Amino acid sequence: MSEAADSRIPVTVLTGYLGAGKTTLLNRILSENHGTRYAVIVNEFGEIGIDNDLLVESDEEVYEMNNGCICCTVRGDLIRTVENLMKRKGAFDAIIVETTGVADPAPVAQTFFMDDDVRAAAKLDAVVAVVDARHVQQRLKDTEEAEDQIAFSDVILLNKTDLVSAEELAGVEAAIRKINPYAKIHHTERCQIAINDVLDRGAFELERILDLDPEFLKKAEHAHDHECGPDCDHDHDHGHHHHGHDHKHDHSHPDHECGPDCDHDHGQEDTHSVKSFSFTAGDLNANVFFDWINQVTQIQGPNILRMKGILSFKDDPQRYVVQGIHMIVEGDHQRDWKEDEKRESRIVFIGRELDGAALKTAFEACVAE
Amino acid sequence: MPVIAPLDIDGFVVEASFLGDVAAFASGEGSVFFAGGPETQTPVHKNGLLCATPTQDGKALVTGGGDGRICKISADGSVEELAVQPRKWIDIIATGPQDSVAFASGRTAWVRLKTGELKEFQLQRAFAGLTFAPKGMRLAAARYDGVTLFWVNAAGDPQELSWKGAHSGICYSPDGKYLVTTMQENALHGWRLADSQDMRMTGYPGKVKSVSWSVKNKYLATSGAQAAILWPFMGKSGPMGQAPLELGVRADSMVSVVSCHPTEDMLAIGYQDGMVMAVRFHDNAEVVLRRPGAGPVSALAWDKKGNRLAFGTEEGAAGVITLVD
Repeated sequence: MSEAADSRIPVTVLTGYLGAGKTTLLNRILSENHGTRYAVIVNEFGEIGIDNDLLVESDEEVYEMNNGCICCTVRGDLIRTVENLMKRKGAFDAIIVETTGVADPAPVAQTFFMDDDVRAAAKLDAVVAVVDARHVQQRLKDTEEAEDQIAFSDVILLNKTDLVSAEELAGVEAAIRKINPYAKIHHTERCQIAINDVLDRGAFELERILDLDPEFLKKAEHAHDHECGPDCDHDHDHGHHHHGHDHKHDHSHPDHECGPDCDHDHGQEDTHSVKSFSFTAGDLNANVFFDWINQVTQIQGPNILRMKGILSFKDDPQRYVVQGIHMIVEGDHQRDWKEDEKRESRIVFIGRELDGAALKTAFEACVAE
Repeated sequence: MPVIAPLDIDGFVVEASFLGDVAAFASGEGSVFFAGGPETQTPVHKNGLLCATPTQDGKALVTGGGDGRICKISADGSVEELAVQPRKWIDIIATGPQDSVAFASGRTAWVRLKTGELKEFQLQRAFAGLTFAPKGMRLAAARYDGVTLFWVNAAGDPQELSWKGAHSGICYSPDGKYLVTTMQENALHGWRLADSQDMRMTGYPGKVKSVSWSVKNKYLATSGAQAAILWPFMGKSGPMGQAPLELGVRADSMVSVVSCHPTEDMLAIGYQDGMVMAVRFHDNAEVVLRRPGAGPVSALAWDKKGNRLAFGTEEGAAGVITLVD
């Protein structure tokens, strides 16, 4: 982005199902002595125990910006609250938005890209999801929102780890990784986490797409390599126990160590419709790429939750970084390719009902002649 | 040459207004500042001042704040608490006939009558703007997908005017014939109330945040472009099919606030870069009243006779400009 010397207020969005521990995290952030002053926008005051001048209750008012397109939904109340906060610019350093447990995170995130005034005043720093290690598997079966929240996140607190066994935890983490292989996952009890791991992440800054997590795309590739297809020769017979929620799977596997990036179906029925795809290619033809990315985000926007990429355009000495939420796409030149750096183009999609094979073919068709 | 008497405000100037001869400036930090009165400053709200508007008799300023209080501030610096809604942010306020005050937070609005009695009104979606009709006790509320008109004292169902989209600011034409809203998209919407005829006013590069009616109801001046856009309302069908006036065109800054002169066909324009200019309608003659600086102009107000103009900016610069012939 070219807004020079960015004086915009960073915004952190907290999502997570009811009871996952969002309020605990919020209280922790507010009570810690870190010298940063937060304006906090909550749906209801509830159990926030901290007396904060800038604690605002705001009813979630989702509305459509243009022609009723579902991709262009924003939070009207946030637009207004941010405008109001700007009348007290000197009173706080950052904004935290807590969403309700069932909220779709997209309108919240989109508000910070689609409204000109909000965009001028504030920048989205990261979407943080608090996930209850004990109940999330059930939530994922019951609802789409839980899945969306995970898919959308840059940082995930896998909370209440003390309430599950190591095996269960590994299973939960694998389920999360399957939806979103790129988020930073932190294991926590009662949301105990260093504040720096949650706030000031810069996850939406194009310049930091990679720097934030050098493993980001490597992991993607790795996970993708392990995506099991119909002719995969792994042993999928992990034992399909069906005795309630007490999944004590035997994860010992003769030839495969299951790690956090493991993509196997660990005996859960695969109810997740959100998947991620990562592709790599060489130098791209910029014109062909832009035509394609605009088209694909217009047509498949409703199904694309997040998109990130680092691209190498032919005859262009600079790396180009791009990111998107649904139909919103933004990109910019980042910096010169380093001499010892391998020039290549990599892109990642997280979405629902995406046709990975078609995306791959189309992306590869952008390669420069 | 115009003469500026400057004033430093410790915050975003939310509203400027003349209370008789005294200029009052409401600061986002919570105080009201005065120029030309016995007091220079009076603290009003603890958690920020979010909105302010003068009473219809022009003698006081009514403010709403982050502390849930609605207060009436007089030119002598006295503060009267009119109502309080604990833990609510009061960010919309309107003043009506007989000292009535309307205010809203979220999906609830209240009208406080002179007697102190509070009437409550609800909407399915949040209140986004409030105004009183020029005649009678009628409250108009801008909301998502249109406008709702409530009778304040009489029973009876509210009237709904529908137009898809998010409506925010709202005003009546002074003759009461038209109702106009500013929208989330870069447009205005209007209704001719006699027959609910829709009027769409579009073509803005930015959101319209400031509107002002010119004397005798002739034009509606608006911000949201690199010039002030004035829609003609003289004819029977309002601005439909007519081109608006464009006054004070700048190549390098957007108009942030407009305020029509109370007696002449003249407009004060505030810009994003802090410049203030006065422009005459008929020949587009321009006079620069303030040079750029100290943030976007956020408030403008004429005194009753139109001899003095109060201004304020987002970064706390303010003052009174006296126009000398």
